[in-house]
Amino acid sequence: MEVFKDRVDAATFEELAMPLFDQLYNFAHWLTQNRDEAEDLVQETYVKALKGFSSFQPGTNFRAWIYRILRNTFLTSRTGLRATMTVPLDAEEGDAMMPVASGNPETIFLGRASQELVQGAIAELPVHYREVLLLCELEEMSYQEIAEALAVPIGTVMSRLSRARGALRDILRQKLGGG
Amino acid sequence: MAGDEWQGKLDIYLDGELPADQMRALDDHLRGCPACAAVVLNRVQLKREVQAAGKRYAPTAEFRRKIEKSIATRPRRTFHWGWAAAAALVVILFAGALFVSREQQRLQREHIYSELADLHVSTLASSAPVDVVSSDRHTVKPWFQGRIPFTFNLPEPKDDFSLVGGRMVYLGQTPGAQLIYQVRKHQITVFIFQERALGGRLHGATSVIRKLSFNMETWSQDGLRYFVVGDAAPEDIRKLSESLKSAAKS
Repeated sequence: MEVFKDRVDAATFEELAMPLFDQLYNFAHWLTQNRDEAEDLVQETYVKALKGFSSFQPGTNFRAWIYRILRNTFLTSRTGLRATMTVPLDAEEGDAMMPVASGNPETIFLGRASQELVQGAIAELPVHYREVLLLCELEEMSYQEIAEALAVPIGTVMSRLSRARGALRDILRQKLGGG
Repeated sequence: MAGDEWQGKLDIYLDGELPADQMRALDDHLRGCPACAAVVLNRVQLKREVQAAGKRYAPTAEFRRKIEKSIATRPRRTFHWGWAAAAALVVILFAGALFVSREQQRLQREHIYSELADLHVSTLASSAPVDVVSSDRHTVKPWFQGRIPFTFNLPEPKDDFSLVGGRMVYLGQTPGAQLIYQVRKHQITVFIFQERALGGRLHGATSVIRKLSFNMETWSQDGLRYFVVGDAAPEDIRKLSESLKSAAKS
């Protein structure tokens, strides 16, 4: 019976995990900023996820679950530790409704921004801002999903997202010569 | 609600995470507030830019295969069961092939034994069962010279056994010697062929067989295959066989 369960688990895991492969890789590459490290990260994520698949509760959010594994794996990696140590999080438990303090005007003339420019700006974001922004804008996760993936309260997701967007606008303004 | 109050909620509004009543209220506000509408427009544009720019890295096909393989081979017990099944299949196939091979060999032997029994019967039924009629082995043996591609030794008749004569015989395409012996009222045929001419169909066979009520003994000695066939008692067949074996050694 255990053999049969393993086989069912493996088949189900593959069905759930492989459709997310491209997205997970893209996200991993954004986090690590390096192809080899991204591949290592994704591979380790899949190995850990399959190993721990029995602990996954059917009916709950698999995407948030596997992103959480990837992110935790990244945070304990050398690159992840370096990224989080050099950029400490500021007081992110603040009011998410508050606009990001910035003396710059709200409107950015993105018509001048090329895709490479935006990519460069995302890459410059501190990793905690980069990940929350990508999970929201690129993966189109709900706040609840992001909270599960990042293992933080929804309030933290909202404030971190707000700061990430503000930081991105600031970087873009500078790159566009407006700041 | 004033525009400033809405500014902090614009992102949440655009993310579709505002409660329904606030969503409706903000919709209403945006229709009458050009400043907030401009900010919303700009943020929508930025969201789209980030979404497009975020799709930046694609995994290689090779890496995808590697992951697919690692997932597929992960459940080791399943994998081992697969190998066990494959190994069992190989064993079954091998055993099956061995069985078929042995069965074919057995059928070939049976065919030869049947043919020899038929030859024995047809010879006895013939009006001229032998081509060389002689009880003298020194007459019979030379008669085969030039007729068959080998030579053989015959025993000195003893006890109740007597040599009746001999003739050439073919088993398939193989020429050989057929000798008729008599013991009391029974006639016994001795067939001698070259072992290799039989194509290995009886390779290694040494047996006492009972075929169609005939007793038969066969063995291989010095490249020759001997068959002793007759309706005589198995003991008589064995005695004649032993004397032929002894003669072959001399």
